[in-house]
Amino acid sequence: MAQYYAPKNFNFWYFFGSLALLVLVNQFVTGILLTMNYKPDAKLAFDSVEYIMRDVNWGWLVRYMHSTGASAFFIVVYLHMFRGLLYGSFKQPRELIWIFGMLLFVALMAEAFMGYLLPWGQMSYWGAQVIISLFSAIPVIGDELSLWVRGDYVVSDATLNRFFAFHVISVPLVLVLLVFLHIVALHEVGSNNPDGIEIKKNKDANGIPLDGIPFHPYYTVKDIVGVGVFMLFFATVIFYMPEMGGYFLEHANFIPADPMKTPEHIAPVWYFTPFYAILRAIPDKFAGVIGMGGAIVVMFLLPWLDRSEVKSIRYRGGIYKKALLLFVISFLGLGYLGTQPATPAATTVARIFTAIYFGFFLLMPLYTRWEKSKPLPTRLTDQPSLEDRIPALIETYHEITLVKQVTKEDGTTVLKRRPNPAGILNVITRLAKKLKKSLD
Amino acid sequence: MKKFITLFLLLILPLGVSASEGIELQEADIDLSDKVSLQRGAKHFVTYCLGCHSVKHIRYLRIALDMGVDEKKVLKDIAPEGAGIYDQMHSAMNAHDAEKWFGIQPPDLSLIARSRGADWLYSYLKGFYTDKSKILGTNNAVFPDVGMPNVLWQLQGGQKPLYKKVDGKQVIDKLVTEEPGTLSQAEFDRVVNDLVNFLVYVGEPVQLERQRMGKYVLFFILMFVGIAYLLKREYWRDIH
Repeated sequence: MAQYYAPKNFNFWYFFGSLALLVLVNQFVTGILLTMNYKPDAKLAFDSVEYIMRDVNWGWLVRYMHSTGASAFFIVVYLHMFRGLLYGSFKQPRELIWIFGMLLFVALMAEAFMGYLLPWGQMSYWGAQVIISLFSAIPVIGDELSLWVRGDYVVSDATLNRFFAFHVISVPLVLVLLVFLHIVALHEVGSNNPDGIEIKKNKDANGIPLDGIPFHPYYTVKDIVGVGVFMLFFATVIFYMPEMGGYFLEHANFIPADPMKTPEHIAPVWYFTPFYAILRAIPDKFAGVIGMGGAIVVMFLLPWLDRSEVKSIRYRGGIYKKALLLFVISFLGLGYLGTQPATPAATTVARIFTAIYFGFFLLMPLYTRWEKSKPLPTRLTDQPSLEDRIPALIETYHEITLVKQVTKEDGTTVLKRRPNPAGILNVITRLAKKLKKSLD
Repeated sequence: MKKFITLFLLLILPLGVSASEGIELQEADIDLSDKVSLQRGAKHFVTYCLGCHSVKHIRYLRIALDMGVDEKKVLKDIAPEGAGIYDQMHSAMNAHDAEKWFGIQPPDLSLIARSRGADWLYSYLKGFYTDKSKILGTNNAVFPDVGMPNVLWQLQGGQKPLYKKVDGKQVIDKLVTEEPGTLSQAEFDRVVNDLVNFLVYVGEPVQLERQRMGKYVLFFILMFVGIAYLLKREYWRDIH
């Protein structure tokens, strides 16, 4: 890694690749420990998870690290993919990295989906039931196919056992292989950067990029800081809010699976909800399945849909920026709607968001060609780093708070910080103006 | 413009969702560090609930350790006759009989607080009212047509519902005492609260321990971040 030269201007968004690797390792280690006490049997699975939570030494910690790790994996991967959208990391010559990355994303979804059945709670069971039944929407072979996937007419012990096999052996193997290929492909062309220009165009006499620094030690020490900050959040969730208000561990999943009792409201775990909302937004079941699959397939095509001459959002025109903002709003909106019951009003909003989602990708060849990009620099530009922004942040903090002298009952006076409405309004208007300006 | 419409729709959406039907839940006062409340809750549970509901994921030993009570005292005061300290809290009722009597097997309550929530349990246990049309003579405002009788009726007395009209439908507004029980309202609330407190504890016995531990873990990680940051700054000193 000391021979791998990376651009020297990586910012906040570039932490998430190494963090994804960290979470993968976490899932492997905790997963192996969990299999030592977990029983893949419809009669025993639910109780064995509770056994791990209560009677196995440190079992609760291992289980929470695994369950929180699953959600953390998706948070990290979504941010990692968003980085790609920001700085055009998917564009030529990095199409192959993007394709491997997308395959990783699909494998990760399969891994998460099959892992979610294993605790054998009500939501595990009915979530799997709903998703597998989607295969039956495929004409002609649908019913036979879903029967083949389940190994039974309903989700049952046979399904649990095969999902266990896939979750702990097959898919992890695929993931490791794809991670390897993802990184090999990256090393072949080199990393992109926030400016979206190729650092290999400017080399010194030894053939080393002028704007490059060896990955090790520079980015290894930097990523360790990122790992620490990530662990702060991760540990906070594990020790203080492992259920995350019912998003990381759903309430209904604390009821053992009951094939005779369908829950009133079936929702997948939060990381699938954007795609689930797309599925529900489309009136026809088969079309919905196509839509849901299409939402993922269309992301594979990104390198060829984008016709812009520049990679980074810094030098793109205003249309892409606005389109990306709309896309983010619709993706988050779909994610929220997917957790809610489908009322007529919610379905209408979900349809608008679905249209924006697909519009962002399918109209991309048009709007990226129209817009006028800004001139590219030849060398990497200097931008204030996170550390440089700390004084400004402290100043903002002072602006939005007021120091007040409070006299206590026993006569002592203390200084207390209270929110300052005028200051908060100022900061928000400034941010809004800045956002509007940055969108042009 | 489209952006603002979607934003607007997104903002008003929760308003429509939150207007749901049914009686409002009352808030349970959960304090797992209140060992005495937990002990009372455990005792009430064995007295009033264990006849039908098991809590098979907890052992009497765990209760003794977590509540700081002597093992012998747990067996004498809390556990039913004949239970051993390593036993899980099993119910004496057999499943076949239960099905015959109630039409359903009473669920194991180990995780009920995690699936239903403390406030729901608290309101549910206080939510029984007299309804002569039901076989059991009672119905529940929080869980309509529930198959469980009001096991705390001697303590609570009888309640009757007051109705209000919402969108032309009659819904229960609140419950009022019809005939007093052996306990006052405040005493009864404490019994229910102790029970719920115990169920929350049983849902995840390790929760107090993990919260205690969390402080040290976070402090350690914070130190780690500090040192890692200094290391990073040292290495990056020569990069411009």
